[in-house]
Parts: sequence; structure tokens; C-alpha cells
Amino acid sequence: MPAVQHEGIIVSINAVSKSYQRGSQTVPVLEGISFDIARGEFLALMGPSGSGKSTLLNLIAGIDTVDSGSIIVDGVDIASLGEADLAGWRSAQVGFIFQFYNLIPVLTAFENVELPLLLTSLSRRERREHVETALEVVGLSDRIEHYPSQLSGGQQQRVAIARAIVTDPTLLVADEPTGDLDRVSAGEILGLMTRLNADFGKTIIMVTHDPRAAEKAHIIRHLEKGVLSDVPA
Amino acid sequence: MFLLKLLARNAFRHKLRTLLTILGITVAILAFGLLQTVVSAWYAGVNASSATRLITRNAVSLVFSLPISYQERLRRIEGVASVSYANWFGGVYINEKNFFPNFAIEPHSYLALYPEFVVEPDQKRSFIADRKGCLIGRKLAQRFGWKIGDSVPLKGTIFPGDWEFVVRGIYSGADKSTDESQFFFHWDYLNETLKKTIPRRADQTGIYLIGLENPQSAAEVSLAVDSTFKNSLAETLTETEKAFQLNFVAMTEAIVVAIRIVSFVVIIIIMVVVANTMAMTARERIGEYAIFKAMGFKSYHIAGLIFGESLFITICGGALGILLTFPVAHTFGEVMGQFFPIFQVARSTIYMDMLFCLLVGVVAGLFPAWRAVRINIADGLRRVG
Repeated sequence: MPAVQHEGIIVSINAVSKSYQRGSQTVPVLEGISFDIARGEFLALMGPSGSGKSTLLNLIAGIDTVDSGSIIVDGVDIASLGEADLAGWRSAQVGFIFQFYNLIPVLTAFENVELPLLLTSLSRRERREHVETALEVVGLSDRIEHYPSQLSGGQQQRVAIARAIVTDPTLLVADEPTGDLDRVSAGEILGLMTRLNADFGKTIIMVTHDPRAAEKAHIIRHLEKGVLSDVPA
Repeated sequence: MFLLKLLARNAFRHKLRTLLTILGITVAILAFGLLQTVVSAWYAGVNASSATRLITRNAVSLVFSLPISYQERLRRIEGVASVSYANWFGGVYINEKNFFPNFAIEPHSYLALYPEFVVEPDQKRSFIADRKGCLIGRKLAQRFGWKIGDSVPLKGTIFPGDWEFVVRGIYSGADKSTDESQFFFHWDYLNETLKKTIPRRADQTGIYLIGLENPQSAAEVSLAVDSTFKNSLAETLTETEKAFQLNFVAMTEAIVVAIRIVSFVVIIIIMVVVANTMAMTARERIGEYAIFKAMGFKSYHIAGLIFGESLFITICGGALGILLTFPVAHTFGEVMGQFFPIFQVARSTIYMDMLFCLLVGVVAGLFPAWRAVRINIADGLRRVG
């Protein structure tokens, strides 16, 4: 099990509930979830389909809102932020890694990674430096002018990771990051995420179905029908 | 710069769809420009009319003439600077397909009243000196290949018989709005011939043309003219040249209105087509917009991407349509010259083209942008993959 460098709580989830409306029916997804995530932690959220793990990830990442309870990230109660403030908060504090990479097909690897930096006040030269560094970290310095369609699945996911880390966010949230990859590529991506956590101190919250992926995490939390259960990794 | 690059690349993701949409906009803008130019051509006579001229005709109808003896009485009316007269001749060259307007005029006073018909001094002298001479417009000369000295026979319709003329002068327009397709000859030639053939129609003229000392006095002079001939055998109706020309346009107003409506319908149709294209585009990219939003891009960024792409496509198509309007209008004007002697694409038409391009771009982007901006990020992300 990798060493955990706890430097205080970065995410505090308090009695969070969330439900969705399906026609006239209210479907509860999360019920009274509470737990903390330490700075520099690598957390895996596991559970069967429909258990609410992606919903919980979305709530932590500020792309969905809680019905009740609160989520405090690095001292900020994100439920209290308005839409515009929340967008600003996400751009600075959260890096996203998705199952299907979600790169913009008409942009090169370099341009895809540069996208989040357009929201910053960095100069063009500074943006270039940041992008080159991020692509170097993921080992794709030689593919900067390639379009997503010219890259393998694993390479696309590495570009997505570079895009997620280029703004040096507080949190990295990953939703099934290896779900669309073969075993070798999945191993490389998990290795990269482990390195980001260990070498760069990134706090990572990962939703996964894959027990091998979850093994890389410091803590595994299971969700069953919207309720949490802890299983130490 | 980055976003412009993204807009351009996004626009050509579906090359065929985008090219067909651009083609549709090009055709629509071209059609709109041509139809508006047809409407302008319809009003060319009105636009070319002068504020310093009045036209006096028989109060009953234009088909009834006025005695030539009115001329001296008209000259004596206060505010009248000069008087001329003219008859619509309605002659046919070989057959009716070769239509062009032809008038019997009093050359001295007429040419003095119409300085927009520019004639070389020696040709003018030659025309005035020859009773059977005619003065023709540059475009008319080009159309039939007539040169100075050529003999031109016209078959009379209103004034029966075969009429022979010799081209003594070719005028050109002082500006683009001057009709260069007209044919003028001596009223005296017409009158002398009528005296021999139909004496009861001699010493009559179709209209009087009055030059004003002051354009501001048009209403007073018109009133004075018509009062002078009140209760006479041939009462007069005097109006400004513009109002006179508008009367002709009014006769065909329904056609003009129809053309205007069709031109706007074309724009509405293309607006729907572009809106459909943008709706499809936005629906396909909902997942991407969700990713943009997740990364922290705000609603106005997403709306900007959609409006930008919509405007990019419409501006491409519109610019192409505007560029093509000029050569197509030129060709159209050449082919239809006998019906539209002045067929110029007006600056206002180009401005309307530009305005409609922008309007189509904005309206087409409205609904897709509204949908994309409202999309919940989590819902949008579920549509990826």
C-alpha cells in the first residue's frame, strides 16, 4: 500500500443527500453521506452501477449541487457558490479525467491541454511553458501537434490527464479513467496517476469498477444504494 | 485568436453539411440581392427624376393629348423657367421584341431641361438641324449596333405608318441612374406628318415638361398651371416628375410588392435552414459543451462558440453571395436591358445583405445556444462516449 501524506483535510463531506426527479417520482441517489478526504490522498470510490458514486464525484467536483448537506473543499463551501463563481472555482481547483477522454477532436494535443489555461491571465509564452511541462509529465512531448484521432486510447487519456493537471488544481477527479482502455494502457494510466499523487502531491478521487485500479488508491470507499461503507485498501 | 481558430475548425467538422449550408446562404443572398435590384430598377425612373421639373398632362388621362397652344400660356405662369413638350411615340423597330422607349420631343428646350443626357456639341447641332434625325442612348446604340448616320425605320403604333430616322447623335448619361436606352426625334417631324395624314391629331402633345425657377415652388406652380386651364376643353393635371413616375410604378405595385415579399421569404427560408444546421451541430456537441463548462468556461463562452460558428458560416456564405451579386446582376442587366435599362446593385442592397447575414447568423444560433447554455454538466457528460 502506498504511503499516505496527510497534511490536513482538503474535502469535507457532511450529511450530503441527493435525489433525482424521474417524472413524478423522486429517486434518492445519495443519503446522508459524510466523510473527509485528506490532502494528498488517493481515494477510490467503488460500487455497483447506480450506487451513486459518479453523482458523489460530480458533487465534489462542483458540477452538480447537493439537495442537503455541505461539501467544503479547501475551506470553501461549494454549495454556497453561484453558477459563475462555481465555474471559476472549478477552473482553478479541479482537474477532470473522464472515461472517454473527452478531448476536443478539432484541437491538437497541445491545444487541448492549453484550453483550461485560456481562463487564466497567463501570457501566450507562459501558457506554452505550462502545456509543454504538462505534456512532458505525461510523456507525450513528441505528440503535441497530433490530433486526438491520431493518438491511441492510452495516449488520448494521457493528454486528458495533462489537461487536468495543467492548471495545477487542488483536486483531480477521475471517472472510470481506465474504463475504455486495454490492460496495458490502463496500467500506464494508473501508474501515471500514482506518480501524480506520490511525486506531485495531487489529491485524487477516482470512481472505478476495476478492483486493480482501486488497488492503487490509499483508501477505497464503497457505495451501495447511496450509502457509504469503508474498506481500507 | 485561439477561439477564432476553434470556430473555424468547428465549422468545417462536417465539411459537406457546412459547404451545403454556405451554398444555401450564398444562393439566398444572391437571390435577395437580385430581387432587391429588380425592385430598385423598377423605381429607377422615380429615382432619376428631378425636383426642378414638373409634368403637365391631360387631367382625364395620359392617353388624351393637350393642345400645343398651351405652351405660350404656360411660359407666362410665375415660377416657370422653361417649357418643353414630348409625345410618347410607341414605335416598333422590326418587331415588338425590340422594345425601347421612343419620344417625339422639341429638341432645344427638351435637351436644355434634361442636362443628364450628355451629347457631343457637334452631334447635338447635327440632330437639331435634321428634322428626320434622332438622338439615341449609348446602350440602345450598343444593343442594335447603330452608328451615327445609320438609318432607323420604326413602325408606328399610336401614329400609324412607316417612319424613317437617321441617327444624328448618341447621348450618354451624366450618371449611372440616367436611362441610356431611349430614342428621341423631332416633334415637328411627327406633327408635320400628322398634318398630312391625320390632321385632327396634329398640333397636340402628350405632355408638357416645365422647368421651375425654384424647386420649392413646385406646389404653387402646379396649382397655377391647372387653374389656368380649368374649364378649358383640355383640363390639365400637373405634378412633379417624381409623382408622375410613381404613378407608373403604382400601376405595377402588386408585382413590386410580390417581389419584395419573395425576397424576404428567401431570407426566412435560409434562416430556418441555418437554424437547423446549428441545432444539429449543437445537439451533437452537447457533451463537448458540458466538458467546456466543467473546465470552468462560462455560459457566455459556450454561447459565443455557437453564435460565432453560426456567424462564421453565414458570413462566409453572405460574402460569397455579395461578391457574386455584382457579376450576376451585370449579366442579368445585359440580358434584361430592354425591361430594366438601369440595373445597378445599390449600396443599400449590399447593406441589407450584410444586415440579413448577421441577423440569420444570430437568429440561427439563438435556440442552440439557449439549449447548450442550459445543459446540466452531469447530463451533458452522460452523452459522451
